[in-house]
Amino acid sequence: MSIGQTPQRMGFFTDTSVCIGCKACEVACKEWNDVPADGLDLLGMSFDNTGRLDANSWRHVAFIEQPVPPKPGSDDSGDMRWLMMSDVCKHCTHAACLDVCPTGALMHTEFETVIVQSDICNGCGYCVTACPYGVIDRREGDGRAWKCTLCYDRIGDGLMPACATACPTQSIQYGPLDELRERAEARLEQLDRPEARLYGHDPGDGVGGQGAFFLLLDEPEVYGLPPAPVATTRNLPGMWKRAGWAALTMAAAVAVSFLGRRP
Amino acid sequence: MAEAHPVGFQWVMEAKARGAKVIHIDPRFTRTSAVADTFVPIRAGSDIAFLGGVVNYILSNELDFREYVVAYTNAATIVREEFRDTEDLDGLFSGFDEATQAYDPSSWQYEGHQDHDPEHGHAIRETAGGLRHESHGPPVPAETQRDETLQHPRCVYQILKRHFARYTPEVVEQVCGVAPEDFAAVCEAWTRNSGRERTTALVYSVGWTQHSVGVQYIRTGAIIQLLLGNMGRPGGGIMALRGHASIQGSTDIPTLFNLLPGYLPMPTAGKHDTFDEWADAIRHPGQKGFWGNARAFGVSLLKAYFGDAATPANDYGFGYLPRMTGDHGTYQQVLSMLDGKIKGYFLLGQNPAVGSAHGRAQRLGMAQLDWLVVRDLYEIESATFWRDAPEIETGEIVTEECKTEVFLLPAASHVEKEGTFTQTQRLLQWRQKAVDPPGDCRSELWFFYHLGRLVKDRLRLSTLERDRAVRDLAWDYPTHGVHDEPSAEAVLREINGYRVADGAVVSGFAELKDDGSTACGCWIYSGVYAGGVNAAARRTPASSDDPLGLEWGWAWPMNRRMLYNRASADPQGRPWSERKAYVFWDEAKGEWTGPDVPDFEKTKPPSYRPEPGAAGPAAIAGDDPFVMQGDGKGWLFVPSGLVDGPLPTHYEPAESPVANPLYGQQANPTRKRYQRSENPMNPVRSEVFPFVFTTSRLTEHHTAGGMSRTLDYLAELQPAMFVEVSPALAAERGLEHLGWAHVVTSRSAIEARVMVTQRMRPLRIDGRPVHQIWLPYHWGTSGLTTGDSANDLVGIVLDPNVLIQETKVGTCDVRPGRRPRGAALRALVDDYNRRAGL
Repeated sequence: MSIGQTPQRMGFFTDTSVCIGCKACEVACKEWNDVPADGLDLLGMSFDNTGRLDANSWRHVAFIEQPVPPKPGSDDSGDMRWLMMSDVCKHCTHAACLDVCPTGALMHTEFETVIVQSDICNGCGYCVTACPYGVIDRREGDGRAWKCTLCYDRIGDGLMPACATACPTQSIQYGPLDELRERAEARLEQLDRPEARLYGHDPGDGVGGQGAFFLLLDEPEVYGLPPAPVATTRNLPGMWKRAGWAALTMAAAVAVSFLGRRP
Repeated sequence: MAEAHPVGFQWVMEAKARGAKVIHIDPRFTRTSAVADTFVPIRAGSDIAFLGGVVNYILSNELDFREYVVAYTNAATIVREEFRDTEDLDGLFSGFDEATQAYDPSSWQYEGHQDHDPEHGHAIRETAGGLRHESHGPPVPAETQRDETLQHPRCVYQILKRHFARYTPEVVEQVCGVAPEDFAAVCEAWTRNSGRERTTALVYSVGWTQHSVGVQYIRTGAIIQLLLGNMGRPGGGIMALRGHASIQGSTDIPTLFNLLPGYLPMPTAGKHDTFDEWADAIRHPGQKGFWGNARAFGVSLLKAYFGDAATPANDYGFGYLPRMTGDHGTYQQVLSMLDGKIKGYFLLGQNPAVGSAHGRAQRLGMAQLDWLVVRDLYEIESATFWRDAPEIETGEIVTEECKTEVFLLPAASHVEKEGTFTQTQRLLQWRQKAVDPPGDCRSELWFFYHLGRLVKDRLRLSTLERDRAVRDLAWDYPTHGVHDEPSAEAVLREINGYRVADGAVVSGFAELKDDGSTACGCWIYSGVYAGGVNAAARRTPASSDDPLGLEWGWAWPMNRRMLYNRASADPQGRPWSERKAYVFWDEAKGEWTGPDVPDFEKTKPPSYRPEPGAAGPAAIAGDDPFVMQGDGKGWLFVPSGLVDGPLPTHYEPAESPVANPLYGQQANPTRKRYQRSENPMNPVRSEVFPFVFTTSRLTEHHTAGGMSRTLDYLAELQPAMFVEVSPALAAERGLEHLGWAHVVTSRSAIEARVMVTQRMRPLRIDGRPVHQIWLPYHWGTSGLTTGDSANDLVGIVLDPNVLIQETKVGTCDVRPGRRPRGAALRALVDDYNRRAGL
């Protein structure tokens, strides 16, 4: 990027159809960002011992292990499917976490990614409840909120984020969001599987489109993703407006009631 | 492959994106199965039955690539009349010797080779002689009798057809538990995707070798690939994925007891007393092919070892080389330790207390040593067994009484030293040192150079005959830096070879001489430093002008990226098809050409025919692509060099829940056994040990765990030892998800957390259900995450050709709850063994 040029919006396209569940993204993310280890807990959730995205896991590979539903009229085939998906902060266009942040610690960067400035965060935790995906989280013992930065300290220097660099199968692709959306449409067409779909690619959705979107092989709920996420702050202006009218009406009523008392 | 080789698996995913069909055959549903087009579950240990079924499908439907098969394989070669097949002898080939449990392969020879005296199976087994054939086939006389109509009843094609005729889809179902429709789908896909226009690659990971019939597994794959014309052609081949970086390198320049660099055999006492005896045993005067130059390779190696002290008068120091007297393999060594015959041991980046079969024998053996040197990145279990082995708990090792003195020396990691890795494509890639090793950590090169220097210094004034070999060693490498690090590049230069007189590097092994005028540390690597350029360090990526990236690193031999690539052209030298054009004959220029370095004499035309009685390279005809084979052909039938038979045949694993459905012969009759009280084997069809277990790796950990259980970012991803069982077995045995279970064999019992998963499923074998369980083998007693070692369950029984252990299949029992502690652990195992009749 040369000086004076407006940077493009950058993002992730995570193609779960080629994810092999190696978790290199999780490890590379922790290495680069110095994210603390999370403890030795055998969760029994297939090969997933990370569990979820939180302050200490900014990439999380979900493993969905299920019998394939038998085709109509046939017996249980015993066939399995094992879906894997590397989840991450969605870097929403309309980021509720950012809207509710009272200190301005959460911000949109010049790449239109969403980051927390840890030196400004006061640990109030409003963002945690605001995120429609349950991504951002406060770190125990530290109190501040942490999440994926889309490797803000790499992409400014022209490097790829650590997870995308480590991914052996190019399941995690990084680039200008416009390009990624085109690439994802082409991939969907090439894949030609009726169950495949894009998730979070649509600027018209409840968060104005995700900066990190996905190709999934089933309903989002199967992966633990909300089917129709909405920025929790989306209706805030309307709500304030209604609250304002209500207040005015109340004030008018009060005034009228006083007027009516005149002898 | 996705589990153990995720980085290499990117190419499979790329091929899939371009339309390749990926078929995965495995006892359990893995991360590879998850993205494969087809997954076929199979019983562990039944692969020859499966692949034999594919061979039968090809032959009975005449789907072989006939022109390739006739011209390039030994299908047309006639075999001696005395040969008898397993079909005639109920699972044995002719020549079986009960006394040695090995074959005399005389009757397997080609017709007309009556005078040829092939090495007896017993001798090959004792020295893992099969390893010698990694770069070339075993010797056979050049002249063979052929019937290119393939009709002669004793031609290899007909023998093959009869041998595999019984491997029907029904037999595959009976032995492997594979449904006929799944099997048919694999056969159809494989054959349809092979021929002139298309090729299929067969990929395996080292687990495939870890069977008492491991070599024959790969042989069966090789037969299929030869029949379908998938060898020496782009997109074909058999890809052996190695378990560690540079495993290929450690057989090329070996860490093995039976090989010298470049697959020259270690001499055997009484057989190879002089240099001439040894060299003639390699080159076989009169044989076809490139081993005719063995004398030059041998003399040049001795000149590299002993420098000026190697002279014609002393056989170039040949007498200094150690001699084999029998089996000195790693498992024999452990048993010799138990017997007090071995006093000292070096372990370099190896953790046998966790990573080798029969962990208890490994640890008890090491506890009998006087001294043990461990060089590793971490304080691994093999360095701490004297204080935290499971045998401390059982009282079998008592810390205060354990006499082993352990020297733990910290090692530099791969980013802290320079040198080469040789990967599975035989590609040498140079590593730069990124950072200095911390503290006292040092490279292997530093350790051995200075150890050798100090030992030599100690022996400087010795007059003892036994010390002369060390005193005469040429041991002069330039060093640099504060720690006197030897120059790895100087070592690579010596490996490449040079002229003794002026020190000029040679450009390849063709320049090596047998008169002492050249020195070369490894003839197959000769050329890696040609012109004084470190070719392994080249980093020019592939381009449209150079699609193979010939200037990225350097592949042996002579930078060929695909072996036997003459087979990518038809006998007349034309590409089999435009789509699969690779190396072909350019009539105008009078030479072989193409994107790769031709694996053939560059100007030998396809029409070349040797004079009768020719030997060495001159005996190879212009249409014999398999130039390192004694007859220039790809071997469907192996007349000598294998211990367990000229053809693969289905034997049950040494431990099996079923009787061999095919033959009276239950298991590989020639498997290497060590019948000792500490190494019992579970009986066949034992009700005490009713289940099949198999072990392998998780992506998140590395082998014996020394480099992953010690790192928090990796340990947290797979934080506990576990065992995978099917829901059906969990119900049968009362196992609870995430609860504890213990697994018992006649060697030991280990405990693990239970993972109930539908990725494991029972199979129907020979009419009854067989349960398989799966265990990762990464855990041990030290590191951030600790647990019992799966290898404690495994007994020591080996493939006879290369002496690799059968770690991938055995029988066991599994019970809910933790295993007993202390002396009660041995009591439990003893009770099982008593009930099993052991």
